[in-house]
Amino acid sequence: MAAYLVKRILLMIPTFIGITLICFLVVHLAPGDPAELMAGGGLAASGGAGISLQKRAAVDQALAEWRALYGLDKPLYVQYGVWLKNLARLDFGTSFKDSRSVWAKIRERLPVTLKLEFFSIILVYIIALPLGIYSATHRDSLGDHVTTLAAFVLFAVPIIWAATMALVFVCGGDFLYLFPPGGLTSIDYAREWPIGERIKDQTWHLFLPVVLLSYAGFAGLSRYMRSSMLEVLRQDYVQVARAKGLSERVVTFKHAMRNSLIPQVTILAELLPGLIGGSVIIETVFSLPGMGQLGYDAVLARDYPIVLALLTVSALLTLIGILLSDILLAAVDPRIAFGRRSE
Amino acid sequence: MAAPKSPPPISAGAGVGPAALEVEQAEGQWSSVWKRLKRNPPALGGMYAILLLLAIAAGADFLANNKPYYMLYQGRAYFPLIRSGLVRFGLAKWQPELLNIDFKTVNAERKIFPPIPHLATDIDLTAPFETPSSAHWFGTDKLGRDVLAGLIHGSRISLSIGFVAVGIALVVGVVLGALAGYFGSWADLVISRFFEVMLTLPTFFLLITIAAMFPPSIFLTMTIIGLTGWVGIARFTRSEFLKIRSLDYVTAALALGVSTRKIMFRHILPNALAPVLVSVVLGVASAILLESSLSFLGIGVPLEAVTWGSILNEARSATFAWWLAVFPGAAIFVTVLSYYLVGEGLRDALDPRLRGMR
Repeated sequence: MAAYLVKRILLMIPTFIGITLICFLVVHLAPGDPAELMAGGGLAASGGAGISLQKRAAVDQALAEWRALYGLDKPLYVQYGVWLKNLARLDFGTSFKDSRSVWAKIRERLPVTLKLEFFSIILVYIIALPLGIYSATHRDSLGDHVTTLAAFVLFAVPIIWAATMALVFVCGGDFLYLFPPGGLTSIDYAREWPIGERIKDQTWHLFLPVVLLSYAGFAGLSRYMRSSMLEVLRQDYVQVARAKGLSERVVTFKHAMRNSLIPQVTILAELLPGLIGGSVIIETVFSLPGMGQLGYDAVLARDYPIVLALLTVSALLTLIGILLSDILLAAVDPRIAFGRRSE
Repeated sequence: MAAPKSPPPISAGAGVGPAALEVEQAEGQWSSVWKRLKRNPPALGGMYAILLLLAIAAGADFLANNKPYYMLYQGRAYFPLIRSGLVRFGLAKWQPELLNIDFKTVNAERKIFPPIPHLATDIDLTAPFETPSSAHWFGTDKLGRDVLAGLIHGSRISLSIGFVAVGIALVVGVVLGALAGYFGSWADLVISRFFEVMLTLPTFFLLITIAAMFPPSIFLTMTIIGLTGWVGIARFTRSEFLKIRSLDYVTAALALGVSTRKIMFRHILPNALAPVLVSVVLGVASAILLESSLSFLGIGVPLEAVTWGSILNEARSATFAWWLAVFPGAAIFVTVLSYYLVGEGLRDALDPRLRGMR
């Protein structure tokens, strides 16, 4: 096992270099100069007609100084080296926009996204696992077919459509006003509110985003659960349990379910990459100040340090997540031998 | 979690996948696949829906256009719609008397318009946010553009992005997967790192980044969706090549001195394509989803272009205009669902053993 782990971790190094290289090149080779953009309407726009040569020189000097400040005047490979060195110390630099540390900005947004993802993952598991178990124990019944089809159709509903429909029909447009159209809390929300009120207000605001983030996951997980449950139900020890007269309930929930839950562990790792990229749409539509919105705004403003940090952190998390889930899988199920899973 | 990925199997074994397919003889396999696919009503329905969409996209100019098919004007017969097509390709010129007239208001003896007498980009500032009516079946947007015309012409962008992006992904994926699977050892090790890089990168966020940083263009959007979407195809190709490489007929070809390239692409590839086909079909759906998500966020496609995603986007700031939310979203949904159904049907048809597990 140790040898396998060492090999896995060593192989992660070139992968991580590849990730950083792609992210860095994508961001730095794109046309457009962040210095000009930062200078905004004021400096850059007036760079054209109607500006004296003297002023133009001043503008250019300001831009050059700004580039030097962020190291953008150096050759690309030097910039990459510097960035990589800082990355190793988990230093992502400062935002172009407000010169605040990228870490601080991410830390500020992280709780929102974590909350969203945490609750939606819980919701997916709460709904999908029982569905999968039901489908497996009632194989080929009408209920099985209906839930399968419903989950499949739900999976095909584009999240941009679901979110817009929710916004139009239940968020206080011309139709129903069941949920707020955005934000984390009501405008008059205050820390002095009694705890019950605060939880109620937050739940009211988070409900739709969480549901929208999770509905597409029902299909996948319930299918996995179903097939893994079916596999277990076919095994001898389940027959033995039945033969010795245990009720079907005990057989299903005590004997079969436990073992069929094991593979579901790995799905958690697949959910990790969604942490940053996945919530962009929901956070933008419902104006939730999370990582997705931070990333989207940073992309539009060409805030390189933030974009780079989000891309690499997300990739690194995923890399670790895959490794963890492999280890976890082997830990909970000793029958799984290391190395075999790598195809 | 919202990032589009391939749908979970609607049928049983999730872990088994098409990779478990036994290699059959090429001809016999395809006809039996087709036979099984024909007995699968949802897949067949999806296929008809896709054909209908393709027909709509192909005939968009004849379905929704602001120029009449036929016009009898001052005693002469004209075919303005046909002529506008010829003019666009430089094959003809407008008749001078038609140059500055508005076909909708001109007082002609007889005019025959297409069923939807608007173009997607026809701006009518006197009729913003019209509710659906006989004049505008699906209503209009804030600039008075007809939504149905937008959907019809937008289908071209959606469908072509699906095909081109997946075409790119197919070429990249098959080549890399074939190299990794055929040569194994270090080539596999290196190429597998590429897979890992693409798998771990947050694809959707990367797409947004690239699309937003370059000047908006539909061609660029197609390319980057293709270049970020090849991993699934490559992995299937790789595992098929791994399996087929050790079959007797490949050994026989090797012994006969057939060149490596010929073995890979003439002898192995045709047998490896079947499972790849499933991810190709599903890939089209996810490319369409990605494109509409990008234009929904207002990036990737030029501002003046009307796409399904961009119409849906307008509903966000005009929540009273329910028709801007319902119709374009439904178009994306129906398209994506159709591809999923066909993909699922193919998966079942290619691997009948999965069905036995149900």
